Amino acid sequence: MSTTAVDTATAPGSGSDAVPRTKSWRATIGLGIVAALSLLVFGLGTPAGVQTTFTVSSSTDFITLPSITVPAKAAAVTLSIIALLLVGWVAYRANQYRKVGIWLPIVFGMVVMGALLTWAGADRSGTTIQLTGLLTSALFLAVPLVFGALAGTLCERSGIINIAIEGQLLAGAFLAALVASAVGNAYVGLIAAPIAGGIVGWLLAVFSTKYWVNQIVVGVVLNLLVLGLTSFFFSTVMSDNPELNQPLNMPDLAIPLLSGIPVIGPVLFDQNLLVYIMYAAVIVIQIMLFRSRWGLRVRAVGEHPKAADTVGIKVNRTRVRNTVLGGAVAGLGGAFFTVASGLAFGKEMTAGKGYIALAAMILGRWSPKGALAAALLFGFADALRVQLGIIGSDIPSQFLAMTPYLATIFAVAGLVGHSRPPAAEGIPYKK
Amino acid sequence: MSDGKQDETPVDSTPREPEGAAGEPDAGSDQPSRAQSVLREILESSTLVVIMAIVASLAIGGLLILFADEEVREAATYFFSRPSDTFQAMGDALGGAYAAMFNGAVLNLNANDFAGLIKPFTQTLTMATPLIFAGLGLGIGFRAGLFNIGAQGQLLIGATLGAYVGFAWHLPWGIHLLVAVLGCALGGAVWGFIPGVLKAKTGAHEVIVTIMLNYIALNLVAWLLTLDTFQRPDSNNPISPIVDETAQYPLILGSEFNLHLGFLLALACAWGVWWLMERSTLGFEFRAVGANPRAARTAGMNVSKAYILVMTIAGALAGLAGSAQVLGTEKVLTTATAGSLGFDAITVALLGRSRPVGTVMAAILFGGLRAAGPTLQVQAGLPVDIVFVIQALIVLFIAAPPLVRSIFRLPAPAHEKEVAA
Amino acid sequence: MRLELREITKRFGDFTANDAIDLVVEPGTVHALLGENGAGKSTLMNVLFGLYDADGGEILLDGERRVFTGPGDAMAAGIGMVHQHFMLVPVFTVAENVMLGHEQVRGPAKLLDLDAARAKVTEISDRFGFHVDPDALVEDLSVGAQQRVEIIKALSRDAKVLILDEPTAVLTPQETDELLEIVGQLRDSGTAVVLITHKLREVQAIADTITVIRRGTVVGTAEPTATQEELASMMVGRDVSMTVDKDPADPGEPMLEISNLTVIDPATQLTVLDSVSLEVRRGEILAVAGVQGNGQTELAEAILGLAEITSGDVSLDGEPLAGRSIRENLDAGIGFVPEDRTEDGVVAAFTIANNLILDLYDREPYSKRGAIDPSAVADHADEQVERFDVRTTSSQALTGSLSGGNQQKVVLARELARDLKLLIASQPTRGLDVGSIEFVHKRIIEERDKGVAVIIVSSELDEVYALADRIAVMYHGRIVDIVSPDTDRDTMGLMMAGAHGDQEEAA
Repeated sequence: MSTTAVDTATAPGSGSDAVPRTKSWRATIGLGIVAALSLLVFGLGTPAGVQTTFTVSSSTDFITLPSITVPAKAAAVTLSIIALLLVGWVAYRANQYRKVGIWLPIVFGMVVMGALLTWAGADRSGTTIQLTGLLTSALFLAVPLVFGALAGTLCERSGIINIAIEGQLLAGAFLAALVASAVGNAYVGLIAAPIAGGIVGWLLAVFSTKYWVNQIVVGVVLNLLVLGLTSFFFSTVMSDNPELNQPLNMPDLAIPLLSGIPVIGPVLFDQNLLVYIMYAAVIVIQIMLFRSRWGLRVRAVGEHPKAADTVGIKVNRTRVRNTVLGGAVAGLGGAFFTVASGLAFGKEMTAGKGYIALAAMILGRWSPKGALAAALLFGFADALRVQLGIIGSDIPSQFLAMTPYLATIFAVAGLVGHSRPPAAEGIPYKK
Repeated sequence: MSDGKQDETPVDSTPREPEGAAGEPDAGSDQPSRAQSVLREILESSTLVVIMAIVASLAIGGLLILFADEEVREAATYFFSRPSDTFQAMGDALGGAYAAMFNGAVLNLNANDFAGLIKPFTQTLTMATPLIFAGLGLGIGFRAGLFNIGAQGQLLIGATLGAYVGFAWHLPWGIHLLVAVLGCALGGAVWGFIPGVLKAKTGAHEVIVTIMLNYIALNLVAWLLTLDTFQRPDSNNPISPIVDETAQYPLILGSEFNLHLGFLLALACAWGVWWLMERSTLGFEFRAVGANPRAARTAGMNVSKAYILVMTIAGALAGLAGSAQVLGTEKVLTTATAGSLGFDAITVALLGRSRPVGTVMAAILFGGLRAAGPTLQVQAGLPVDIVFVIQALIVLFIAAPPLVRSIFRLPAPAHEKEVAA
Repeated sequence: MRLELREITKRFGDFTANDAIDLVVEPGTVHALLGENGAGKSTLMNVLFGLYDADGGEILLDGERRVFTGPGDAMAAGIGMVHQHFMLVPVFTVAENVMLGHEQVRGPAKLLDLDAARAKVTEISDRFGFHVDPDALVEDLSVGAQQRVEIIKALSRDAKVLILDEPTAVLTPQETDELLEIVGQLRDSGTAVVLITHKLREVQAIADTITVIRRGTVVGTAEPTATQEELASMMVGRDVSMTVDKDPADPGEPMLEISNLTVIDPATQLTVLDSVSLEVRRGEILAVAGVQGNGQTELAEAILGLAEITSGDVSLDGEPLAGRSIRENLDAGIGFVPEDRTEDGVVAAFTIANNLILDLYDREPYSKRGAIDPSAVADHADEQVERFDVRTTSSQALTGSLSGGNQQKVVLARELARDLKLLIASQPTRGLDVGSIEFVHKRIIEERDKGVAVIIVSSELDEVYALADRIAVMYHGRIVDIVSPDTDRDTMGLMMAGAHGDQEEAA
């Protein structure tokens, strides 16, 4: 590093300290309440002397592991205390005017859900918690959320708010089903889906950059438009010609060796092609956004478009390209609903997943890895809802379904730590 | 999303019209006298843009109808041998569709009596009622700089509370309806208050919070409908009992028509909102906060209070839209009570330029499209979704006047030229 | 590189910002472009830099005609510009900002070569003694350091022509001297420097050639030896008296009393006001001088209630103000002219009439029982538009359509419409033309003569000298001293940099 003295401090108002001094207790309070509730309800609410059993592998696995049985109360209390310790860390950092990383709310969420799971699975002789199955379905349910959140990140990093993720997912799902059915090959759907999403992204970009229409308005209206269009064609062309909307399957491709690792193997490496594309997309976009020339320029456009313009970067062109790319990524995620799940297209089949993806993007603080983590957390909540339904838990499934939305409100209210969107987001660039 | 950095108008970024109140004499009365400038004025007006946007949207809707029509597609396969068949089929498809729209939304020309003739239009007004309520609320928000996507949730919570009062309490005639209506407004107000207070106290962006609250409301109602308190005793489905007759809006044109008192209440609210926004000091604050929150604060206005009030009022109006459902047309609460009304109301408020009169007219237009749905299905064999497509297209076109002008080659008004320069 | 502009013309609608401007900048010289606010200096440079398309004229570099379609072209041709508002991405590091737009990449994946960028920053930084850390986040740097980053940015692209747009507006006198020294070094190394400014002293200090622009045309050139009065009258187009006519103040009893006022910014936890004490009497003007960002804005905002008071007392006419709402303070007789007119002063989308009642709307006669009376509002507006000479077609025109000077008149008219005890005006004439400046100054002195206590916050020393009966100098959130307006400029400059005569004696 250079040895020259860093020039600081002439103006007190202009932020002359090298440490961003933000002392906020909101995150401590928000997470603290959740952790305390976890201890009260899941920890102390679990009857003593009973056990919870987790099954970690199925009989078909290469290596079978025995089920894990833990004393329920002790486990739930321990997990809740871990959650409280995490809150303590947040408080410690806040006292030092420091922020906490994205990992914290995600780990925190996982720990609290673990406590919930232990509590719900306690004293249920005969039923066990299928951990591997739970994780597998969590990952699978997270796929459209990851693609959607990546799409949101790509657009918003360049300064365009993408509320139309829902529409892009739906358009992708529709065209994937249509084209794959027409050709008779599910994989062709993976090519068609991003085209549909890209078109929706292009419309968003044109209305935002050329006509300066409020980006939230365009997003909302595009969602309605795509919903209307896909429903219309579903009820006319597709119902007149059922051969254009068939359930096509995309087989799981087990990766040799890797898929044999206990627990992780079947969860991560015995999935279909779309899931592997998702891994690649997260890694590539993460690296490109933060370490490539393109990424630096995109972020400059999203933070300070005028500054980007003065060094010769075409602001609106960058925005259009990114929004189309983002739309295409979301469209690809839409293929999850049809060809990658072995289902035919159905009206409104994305059912608000686009908005949860938006939530994952915010909770993931506009970064691909954060989006991945948040989407996995939400996918886990969704999988848990299904699992608890199976073991007949007392928790109404609706409350678990609410968790992503509640988590997001907490996040934007600053209750899970500070998040800062790109500064120029939503503002049309006019010379 | 960056706070306070939004455009002055959330609706679009084109310069705002002078915000002199409707009915107030235009002070800059340098009206051009010659016919040519009058014509120019008409061509540049935003009313013409609205009309042209509707025309363009209906035309695109027509193309979709043609594309989806089986006979047209069949005839098109041998287009080059007998083009007349294609055109014949196209004419049939389009003629049928537009006729069905007219019969379903305006006047039923096939009817035998006068009541049958005008019934479609009364149906249009009935369908417009919830859209007017919710659209008015959203319009207040837009003008105060708040983008409320949450009418859906506010409507649902309002409907829940109102329906509960309607079927669980048994009050005398008159009072029951009043309490139920107030219940709807209160429920919506609470659901609007939450994002308002979060925005005011923590800066949480209302777009995100209201979207999330929509889904929380939906799950909450789905859960409530599994409880004995809310679920119909004789049913396993998530559906509430029918609200008492004393809590239902009376039908204002007799039992032959569905048009209920809620429509008149909606018109009264429209007048109330006009007064609030154009004549009251509170509305002045709302508008100032919407156009420039920092200047409003410097001038001594309480911006936080304005945000909370606006969201609460908007929520209450959305709740009243719920009353049009549970106390008017449907009479029960289900998870589908809100339908897509909350989102449709956004398009209504946008098309109505957030002004009460515009909102009422836009609601009637979109109410008409909805009223025409069943007729389209029966007479023309078209799914109702086509009207949602047309609705979305209209709003997209309206939001971008330069696009409409370029399609129809209309001259641009002076201010847009400056922007282009 | 020799830069030549020939007959550059730029119009915005009916307004001609640049009318056939000719300019020649020789390598190894500093060429000052002098003119009032709005004279067209920045427009001309934006045309040169490719940000605006010219409506006529041509640009020649070393005699060769060049056409720039965007800043990228201009930079490639060797033109660099340091904008008045810095063009730096706050959340990027210095190195990232410097490399942006001409990034070097390495490796098969073509990822950013940050090491190369760091080395470049360090090399230039060392060459000129800038002391800039390539890994510091720009948002954490002082204004002066950010400006040096801008210069590094231009130099890293091998700029042969460097345009500096009002570079000293945000600097302390000492930082200004440092900058001028840097400019001297650049000139000596052969760079052609264009210095855009309206500050006469800087021009005299560093310029080799002076071109004066007025209303979009070149009105003449001058030698650096020209007197300030000569330059000023060229700039304004008539003889300018550098002072404002006013009678000596006749101060009454204290109106505003501030003791130990401390404000800590809740977002950054920085102490922006540090136990400030002062008093302002009826019928006097206290000017708060200092380089921008030393707590003056916060002082004005804390008095009104826009910034929360951490500790200390403020009282107006004996009544404590702390803990009251802005509304209550306005009602108590404070008039407030905010620093940023367009952001805080007016609602551009409102009519002039509505802006004139922005803090009066809930009083009679403009409203009764919660209902606004449009005719009372309109009558009031017509009266005020005439009284304050607001140049507009109608009081129902949108305020956003007015010029800066006329918007400021609207703000003044609104604030002076109430019976005031205290008037606070921050940067009251920033960006205004000379005519408007004179008008605003006259009105402020009239208020003083009516017995109102007046606080002027200004970073323009000329304005401070012209208006003040007493001057409070601020540095780092503290009052360095309160002095009389006959204090000389050098002493004032030292105080603005924090040097305090008494302190030195005590030490």
